[in-house]
Parts: sequence; C-alpha cells; structure tokens
Amino acid sequence: MKALGLILAGGKSDALGKLVYKRASAALPVFGKYRAIDFILSNMVNSGIYKVGVLTQYNPRSLMDHLGSGKEWDLDRKNGGLYILQPYLGMTGEYWYRGTADAIFQNTTILRRGDEDYVLIGSGDHIYKMLYNDLFSFHFAKGADVTLVVKELDETYDMTQYGAVVTNEDGRIVEIHEKVDNPPTRKAFLGIYFINKFLLLDLLYDTVPSGKYDLLLDVIIPNLSKLRVYAYEFNGYWRNVKKGIDEYYKTNMEVLNSKQLREELFIKYGRVYTKLKDYPPAKFTGTAKVSNSMISDGCIVSGVVKNSILFRGVVVKAGARVENSIIMQDSVIEEGALVKNAIVDKNCMIRAEQMLVGDFEPVVLEKWMVI
Amino acid sequence: MQNILGLILAGGQGTRLGVLTEKIPKPAVQFGGKYRIIDFTLSNCVNSGIYSIGVLTQYRPHLLNRHIGIGKPWDLDRKGGGVTILQPYSTLTESIWFKGTADAVYQNIEFVDEHQPEYIVVLSGDHIYSMDYSEFVYYHISKGAVATIACMEVPLNEAHRFGIMVTDIDNKVVEFQEKPKEPKSNLASLGIYVFTWDFIKKVLIEDAKDESSEHDFGKNVIPKILSTEKVYAFPFEGYWRDVGTILSYWETNLELTRPIPPFNLYDPNWRVYTRSEEMQPAYISDERTVRNSIISEGCEIYGTVDASVISQGVTIGEGSIIKNSVIMTRVVVGKNVVIEDSIISENTVIKDGCKIGVGNFAESTYDRKVYDSHITVVGMDSIIEEDCEIGKNVVVGNDRIVSKGTKVSSGGYYM
Repeated sequence: MKALGLILAGGKSDALGKLVYKRASAALPVFGKYRAIDFILSNMVNSGIYKVGVLTQYNPRSLMDHLGSGKEWDLDRKNGGLYILQPYLGMTGEYWYRGTADAIFQNTTILRRGDEDYVLIGSGDHIYKMLYNDLFSFHFAKGADVTLVVKELDETYDMTQYGAVVTNEDGRIVEIHEKVDNPPTRKAFLGIYFINKFLLLDLLYDTVPSGKYDLLLDVIIPNLSKLRVYAYEFNGYWRNVKKGIDEYYKTNMEVLNSKQLREELFIKYGRVYTKLKDYPPAKFTGTAKVSNSMISDGCIVSGVVKNSILFRGVVVKAGARVENSIIMQDSVIEEGALVKNAIVDKNCMIRAEQMLVGDFEPVVLEKWMVI
Repeated sequence: MQNILGLILAGGQGTRLGVLTEKIPKPAVQFGGKYRIIDFTLSNCVNSGIYSIGVLTQYRPHLLNRHIGIGKPWDLDRKGGGVTILQPYSTLTESIWFKGTADAVYQNIEFVDEHQPEYIVVLSGDHIYSMDYSEFVYYHISKGAVATIACMEVPLNEAHRFGIMVTDIDNKVVEFQEKPKEPKSNLASLGIYVFTWDFIKKVLIEDAKDESSEHDFGKNVIPKILSTEKVYAFPFEGYWRDVGTILSYWETNLELTRPIPPFNLYDPNWRVYTRSEEMQPAYISDERTVRNSIISEGCEIYGTVDASVISQGVTIGEGSIIKNSVIMTRVVVGKNVVIEDSIISENTVIKDGCKIGVGNFAESTYDRKVYDSHITVVGMDSIIEEDCEIGKNVVVGNDRIVSKGTKVSSGGYYM
C-alpha cells in the first residue's frame, strides 16, 4: 500500500494574535527548536510516507523557509518528496483556497499523478507523535471507506472547540457535531483523515463545484450514512496549538513537567526532524542557575532561568532572570533584566534592567522588538 | 575557489589517545559536545569556498565513513566536486597501504587529475582550528611559490616536537628540521600545505621511486625541494591545537567551558558543521547547578555538572556530580555517581553509586607513554556496574563490563 500525505497548513488563526502576524500557525516555533509542522512531517516520514504535499496560503514565507527542499525530512527525492501547494492564478480566474476541500480540489493533479492508492490528510499545527501504520491496518480490517482519527479528550480541553464524534459499537461513526455548545461525547475528531484516493476525488468532484468547500462539514458529514466512516482511537498526547496563545503556552510548558511526555514526543515514536541551524552546544557560565528548563543549542546562559524554554541561540546575561517564559531564537536578555510569564518572539532584545512581566495570560513580545 | 582541491589526511590512528582511538581513527573522535575532530577541517574547507575534497582514510574507517557520508551536513552533496572518501586499494600487481603522507597523495594522483586543480591544499583531519584556506592559497599565489607551509610560533622548549622551519626575511623557507634536538627557530609546521599541482605531481612520482624515502611530506619531500624551489612559510596566528594526547584532548575540550574560550564556536560567519543526531533541546531539572559547562541537545540532567563538556543525548541521574570531565554521546550516568577528571566515551553506561576519577594520581601500570596524566579514560560501549570505585589515571577498555563493586586504584587498568 502506498499513501500520499497532505498537510493543511494554510489556515489563519486569529486566536494566536501577535505570534501569527508574520507566520502561518504551522510555522509556530515550539519546544525550543521545532516548528509545529515538524511533528506531522516527521510522523509521516517515520511511517513510510515519502510523498507529502503541504497546502499553504496564509503568510507562508517562514514556513517555506523552514521546509526548503525537504531535505531535513529526507523528502528531497527523485520520486515523491515534498510538494508545496500554493493558491495560484488560473486561466479561469483566481481563487484563494476557500476551504479544506477546495484546497485539495484545486490540487487534484497531485492526486491523479501518483501511484498511491490512499491519502492521509492532517493538519500542520497539531502536536502529537503517531506512527500511522496501525491506523492503516485498522482501516483495512474494518473495510472502511474513510477513517477519522479521534481521541477521548479529558477535562483540560474545551470540547466546544472540537468536533464531537458519536460511534456505534463497531466504531463506525454515526454523527459528528462540529464545535457545538453541548457536545454529546468527549470523543474529538483530530483532523486526521485516511481515505482511498479515488473515492476522495469522486467526493470532491461531487461537492466543491457546487460551492461546498469544507472537507468535514460538506464532504464527510453529509455522507456518513452512505460511506463506512470509522473512528480510529488515538491514546497519545495531542494538542492543537492553533487554539490560542494560552494553549500554545500551556503545550510548551507541559513538556517541562513530564519526562514521560518528553520521551513520547521526542524519542519513542521516531525522532522529530527539523531544519538544522548548526549552532554549537549550549554554554553555561559560572553565574548560571538553571532549573526545570529546556535549553537549546547555541544558547549562552549566565543568568537565572526557571521553568522556561530557551530556543536556539538565546543569550541570557549575568543577573538576568527568566521565569515561566518561552524565549525564541536569537533573542537576548541583558544584564539585570526580568522576564516572567512571557513569550518573547525571535530576535528580540530585553535591555539591561528592563522588565517584561505577564500575569495570568502570558505577555507576547513581537519579533525584532527591543525593550 | 574553483581550481583548488582539498585533500584531508584522515588515516592516522593517534596512538597516544589510547582507548579513545582503539576502535575509531583520531579524526572521528568526538570533540566539544557535538562534533568529531574532522568537522573542523571539513568546515574550514567549505567556509573557505573549497567544495572539492578528498578524505584519505586508512585506520578503522567505518565510523568516519558513516559520519561523512555524501557530505550533506557540509553542503558537499554536489553535482561537481563534493567529498570523496579515498581508501587504500589494490591494483592488478599489488595491494598496498598508504606508506606516508606523500605516498597517500601519490596513490590518488588519478583522483586529483580528474578534478584538474591548479592547486591542492593538503590538510590534516585531526586538528582543532579555524583557518581561511583561501587566504592561504592567495598567499601562495602572490609569493609565486610551488609549495607553502602553514606555520605557527611555538615555545622554544616545545619546538623539538614539531617540524621546524628557518625562514628568510620574505618568509621563504631556507631550512627544514623534522623534530630537531636543537631547533634553530620556533616556527613550527602545522602539517598544512598548499602545492602547485603540476609541480608536486612530478615530485611525488619521483619520490615514489625512491626506495630510501619514507614518503612523508615533512621528512622527505619538503627538505628535498627546499634548496632548488620556492617554498614559503605562511604564518598563522589564530588558535590551533593538535589534540594528540589524552591530556591535551581533555584540556582542549575543557577550554571551551571558560567564560571567554580561546576558540570561538559561536562565530556566525564561521560555523562548524557536523552530522549530528536529531535530538530535542537539553532538559535541566530542578535545583541543580550546571555551570561553566557545555551541554548538548538531547541531554537530561538531574545532577550537578561543573566545568565539563556533555555531549548529545547524555542522561545524568539524581545526586550525581560531574566535574572537570568530558562525557561523550549517549552516555548514561545513574544516580549518586561521582565523576571527576575523566573522559567517558560514547554509549558507556555508568550505574548508580560509582565513583570515577577519585583519589590521588599514581603512575600508570598499563602504559606510561599514553596514560601520563591524572585523567581517567573509560572506553566506548562499556558498562560499569553499581558501586565501582575507579581512581585517577585509570584506563577502562572498550566493550568491557566492570562487575559490581569493583575497585581499581589510581594508575590501574581494566582491559
């Protein structure tokens, strides 16, 4: 069996505010050296999917820069490899992607050309580690037409923000309630579809030309009675960082508090690959005091760092204090400065003796800012 | 620099590094947390714009071959040029090892000719330094030389360990002494050469016929051409180390942990590239002190680290103390372990309650020539079981299992 991977990475997220002024949410930096899209890309490659299309639209520059030729994921290949699928001008007019189904429909060439029989569709801004091979076996064992990945979400997730899935005893999906106020179950759809390619083409030709552009709402849900749509349950860690600054912050901090989670995300189900920067290892000087933190290559730490994540190339000078914060690439915290409950974007500088302190909500400092 | 070919000599064993180079050649030994020694020379090449490189290997090359691969980390996976690994080979009539540095180049004349370079830069794969070879080559061209030797001033009392050059006021070499008892100057050769290819090719062919020659650039080739040809010295003033002994290897690593290290790994315009494993950022746990140290990605640190170099993927358990040590990739250190003044090689496991590098210095009972300092060395892929006590200047071999509670006093060995 051969599968084609499609990653939806074009969406705009208003909830992320300043963090996505200049980047797509799939390009959000996470966990010190990665970007959100690294997780699904690595999952696909680790599962043997070597032809991957990335659908982009909103602010794609940093995402494109990150993906490059795909060589970090071994996707610089003769056959298959990485395809960037951007909206384009055609003879018949110009259209942005008007929805997930439309985005795929405008790129049916990649579906028609390859020798793959199946398509795995996922989102670029979800953080999880999964080898899809069990999903594939499940799909075939059930004789499903479409398999959607679902997860029983605990109380820490706001179910009104997700699609609630109702299944019968066999695991076949009978109803999906997308973002409703009183969801009937806590079983949420994770935005991962596995479907036969030719079936997908048929379904798209059937819906998109008549102005129905959403893959879940317009293509899958109306066909629940006709198609055998099954729910594959995923039990691992899963977060959608697109949901908001809070969710983004919480996701990053969670990884500090659990060794088990670090093992699940970074080691157990294959490595996470990302664009290499060739920074030297991190350096701790004599005045450094670091606790419960993640420190990336290229950092030089002389100050106090507590419950924080330092991305690559961050400098924390002597006497500076960083607490409960996320400091992105190449930012500098000068002598005596205090950064607390904050998200500092790339290339910022907090000058000596200055303060950047958030309260319940973390304060966000935009790229290239100097305080 | 289109017309230049770099040749990196990476076949040496580095006998004075003891167990560190028992399974791998010296250029493949880890350095500075994430690098291997050859990375510095390879990165110098690409940073200098030299994209055609041959790496000559001989001693246990497997790890080195895997590390270099097709040269992707150095952007050497190219259509034209790139990196080629040159191993000793057999021909119809004979099969021979590289007999010396000059012979190694001689046996690869065909490889060099294919690239049709005007100049070749002959480099050593086991030095730590940054040098812009393009400056070196332009100097060679501007002097109209046929051979140029990079050199550095060394303390006169150490001069007897090097090839020493005597130069005139224009830096033209007038005399070359290989490891002299009575050095006439303190200008030491770094074993780095630029040659005009057409010229040196003829010399090498001649030298190969000479049965009395040891086929070494420093010993035979340079002294022979010196009197008749224009051989120049290129004075180099930067940081340069040949980490040839266990003590110098340990010292050079630990120099990186100083507040302002003499060798700058952080220069954004002169990056050192390496094939590193993809690992998550290092995690430092609660209330432990990590200071004056280098910590690489993939580490999980629950103990105390002071003045040490910790490589990728190392785990250090609760209550453990690491001091003045070099810990290589994927080493697992258990709980309540003390490691002092030691080098722990790749993939070694040190279980709970061990003490390594403690006590006072004693002369080595194993090999005094190699193990001549207070540093304890543990080889790669070894396991040290619980509660072992290992003194100073001890050597533990590769692939050993040291059983529970073993005591090895200072100067001892476990091979």
